[in-house]
Amino acid sequence: MTKLPLALTVNGEPAEALVDPAKTLLEVLREDLNLTGTKHGCELGECGACAVLVDGQPVLSCLLVAHECAGREVVTVEGLVDDGRLHPLQECFADLGGSQCGYCTPGILITAKALLDREPNPSRDLIREALSGNLCRCTGYQQIFDAVEAAAQRAREDQQ
Amino acid sequence: MTTKSFGVVGRPRRRVDGRAKVTGQTKFADDLSFPRMLHCRLLRSSVPHGRIVSMDTAKAEALDGVHLVLTGEHFPVAYGILPVSHDEHALCRDVVRFVGDPVAAVVARDEATAEAAVNLIDVQYETLRTIASPAEALAHPEPRIHEYGDFGNVHKAVALQFGEVDDAIAGADHVFDDLFFFEGNTHLPLEQHATVAIKDPDGKLVVYSSTQTPHYLHRALAKALGLPAAHIRVVATPNGGGFGGKSDPFNHEVVAAFAALRLDRPVKICLNREEVFYCHRGRHPVLMRFRTGVSNDGKITGLDLQTLLDGGAYGSYGVASTFYTGALQTVTYDIPTYRFRGCRTFTNKPPCGPKRGHGTPQSRFGQEVQLDKIAEKLSIDPADLRLNIVQPPDSLTANFLRVRTIGLADCIRTVVERSGWRDKFRKLPHGKGVGLACSSYLSGAGLPINWNDLPHSGVQLKLDRSGGVTVFCGATEIGQGSDDVLVGLVAEVLGLEPFDIRAVTGDTDLTPVDLGSYSSRVTLMMGNAAIQAAERARELIAEGVSGKLGIPKDRLTFAERRVFDAEDPGKGCTFQEAVCMAEAKFGTLGTTGSYTPPRSPARFKGGGVGPSPTYSYTAAVVEVDVDPDTGWITVPRVWIAHDIGRALNPTLVRGQVEGGVYMGLGEALMEEQAFRRLPPTLSHAVVHKFPSMLEYKSPTSLDMPEVITDLIEHPDPAGPFGAKEVGQGPLLPIMPAVANAVYDAVGVRVDSIPVTPEKILRALEAKAAGKPARSGPTSFPDVPWPEVLRVTPPWAGGDGRASNDPDRPKNTRVDAGVEARAAKAAWEKSKS
Repeated sequence: MTKLPLALTVNGEPAEALVDPAKTLLEVLREDLNLTGTKHGCELGECGACAVLVDGQPVLSCLLVAHECAGREVVTVEGLVDDGRLHPLQECFADLGGSQCGYCTPGILITAKALLDREPNPSRDLIREALSGNLCRCTGYQQIFDAVEAAAQRAREDQQ
Repeated sequence: MTTKSFGVVGRPRRRVDGRAKVTGQTKFADDLSFPRMLHCRLLRSSVPHGRIVSMDTAKAEALDGVHLVLTGEHFPVAYGILPVSHDEHALCRDVVRFVGDPVAAVVARDEATAEAAVNLIDVQYETLRTIASPAEALAHPEPRIHEYGDFGNVHKAVALQFGEVDDAIAGADHVFDDLFFFEGNTHLPLEQHATVAIKDPDGKLVVYSSTQTPHYLHRALAKALGLPAAHIRVVATPNGGGFGGKSDPFNHEVVAAFAALRLDRPVKICLNREEVFYCHRGRHPVLMRFRTGVSNDGKITGLDLQTLLDGGAYGSYGVASTFYTGALQTVTYDIPTYRFRGCRTFTNKPPCGPKRGHGTPQSRFGQEVQLDKIAEKLSIDPADLRLNIVQPPDSLTANFLRVRTIGLADCIRTVVERSGWRDKFRKLPHGKGVGLACSSYLSGAGLPINWNDLPHSGVQLKLDRSGGVTVFCGATEIGQGSDDVLVGLVAEVLGLEPFDIRAVTGDTDLTPVDLGSYSSRVTLMMGNAAIQAAERARELIAEGVSGKLGIPKDRLTFAERRVFDAEDPGKGCTFQEAVCMAEAKFGTLGTTGSYTPPRSPARFKGGGVGPSPTYSYTAAVVEVDVDPDTGWITVPRVWIAHDIGRALNPTLVRGQVEGGVYMGLGEALMEEQAFRRLPPTLSHAVVHKFPSMLEYKSPTSLDMPEVITDLIEHPDPAGPFGAKEVGQGPLLPIMPAVANAVYDAVGVRVDSIPVTPEKILRALEAKAAGKPARSGPTSFPDVPWPEVLRVTPPWAGGDGRASNDPDRPKNTRVDAGVEARAAKAAWEKSKS
């Protein structure tokens, strides 16, 4: 298929590529833009490993045709580091065991960020609900919940 | 030299690779990319059992962008993980044995082209009778799925007896005879298997792969490709979850390696999710019969266990899996006489292998549910029943397994106390219940897969004038935290912080051999090797510092990045200065450490499966809510206590415990690697019921209960600073605890895993109809067992050998009898 030019914003920077119209956003991120932090576990929208933010909303990048994202703002796990500092979610996941093998972690961090952006003080039930589309086979989720709660608290403290 | 207190060990802290994981910088195999890289796809068999009559690859070869098409002709040499079952070829040569068996491969400029070309290959099969279950395998010895194995479609049948079990059961006050079934399930790692193979600039092969066992992959590649092992480098990329599913050498690894050498270009292959389900090597479905003699006070007089395993189409780890279904019962409870008979059949389904707990969760389920039934019948609280029969410490079991420290009683008391068991068991309203179960697991297999006298784990340390320390080990990071254990232990010995040390792991060119991340062996074996290497380095540094600063060596302390006089802490130097002093004295600094497990006293055939340097223990209480109208079951809470010996990094230990609980709940409640037969018009194929993550149900964040974890720390002399395993043991009690809790809640027994609402309802309906309130298997097929190997237990004077083994070695060491008698004496003493 003829490749078509695609321009979008990724992690705050303009990105351009010549992209096969059949390619998903996941494939473009990993294969054309070399942003391999975003993972794939099924490529059918079942596992949540490929979650990214598009215009602030968490989406499964394996289900999104890349060209649909023309002109939009995409944030991946690589974009969570701000001014050389890890996002509170990243700090807390690393400190509290929220990441074991680390394969689901980028998708979970992105989904959790979307949650904290809309609800800075989420209850554990809300965290469970928000992450219910992200499978993790290692942790049993407990330390993930702990990490999200701790990050929320740290972010609130940072704001004050 | 003194170590006053721990600096690193026991402190909850960020794992050394934590930052890489949360920034997306951990490079998994499929994240690797190289110039001129090509992509590979496999064509997999669409029939479950058949002969390849013809294969036409012309159209695939002609497709634009295709570089290479491979078939079984290119792979004449068989390989496999166990030396006794080298029964796999990278691509099938004449027979296909399950839907999903790879028959051809295409290497092309991109994945889409490779996939398109794969679909242009025309394969004609002559179909053979399909063997879909162990019962069919026993009933139909022909056609044989393999030309090797014990007989017909029986891969392996074993029979071992320790003491006069028939007399012990016949003379018991009560005999319990129960059947159980454990359905197969799969690992479901989030990362799909991937491999990138390259011919390096020297012309040698480099294979990056998501493997838990780079050493075994190294061996398999050398054999399958006919290359010197020294000309192959295997790099285990961090695994995105393993759980046992990346422990075999896989077809795609061999194919990619061959193609990279042939084309002199990097070749990548990444399996899709459906292929991961078909690669499998997961939990064997096992049918079990437990006949147990019990005295009025709840002591076991004898156990007669039969297991029947559905092995799938290849050997994999199956012989070991078979023995493991019978190995560890005695390590948990005092069982004075024991007979174990196990049979693994071949079937035309994806091969089963090792999944977390390897062969032991199935029979653990049976034993723990049967104990619940025994307690019920004898009106003894299930916790008390178990406390009364816990295997004593520092003992030898009937089957010659050496138990060292055992924290099981403390685990039971802890979960009883924490859960409020005494106020809940048989006291909650109808529909609510609690169940208790226990388990034990290996801290590393005592014998290597390829029997030899070589170390199981090797560690090298490099130190230089920068003060930098690099630690090298073949161990493989699969998420469990092996890099962190390695670095943490070296840091502890040298008085550094973990982040001061760089780890190089899982690379057969750069690192000494470690056998791999399986059998919960890494913390204990790699850990002991790491401590030895670090202590040797500390010795060299102490020599250098002592000579230079005039402090007696035995007064030097290594802590807080300094080396100093314990009696005058101000007197000393920085770690970097200390290394310089040693480098000046000795020249370039480097040390090694090795670990080889102690020799097992078992001398009988089959005695190689089960020995371990020490065993971990776990107890759990699970609470359930069951809707009696629908059978719907939810788990609000789990209490678990694990005998860890010592928690090196409690954050990681807790994560392993909770992850084990999670995976156990998946197996207990929903996960099934189940198959169905297509109608004859559709080839009669045996296909996976639901090879997708959406339909293969696994617990989500909404399903996960609250988990209350307690770590029981009795440092074990065999472990590094006393540590035991934690990766596998905590999964084991969950499934039986769920089934026991369901009985407490609604009074029906679900004797098969998973415990689903359908099965609960069926049992409730049976109960209402006046039938046995149970759902589970009702018969065990006749298995033509081999003659039982008779081994006299240690307390009856046995020397660890079988009395009727025709191949009985004549001149082996006879220390086992002496050890056994000493152990028996200790055992008697501990009981009095």
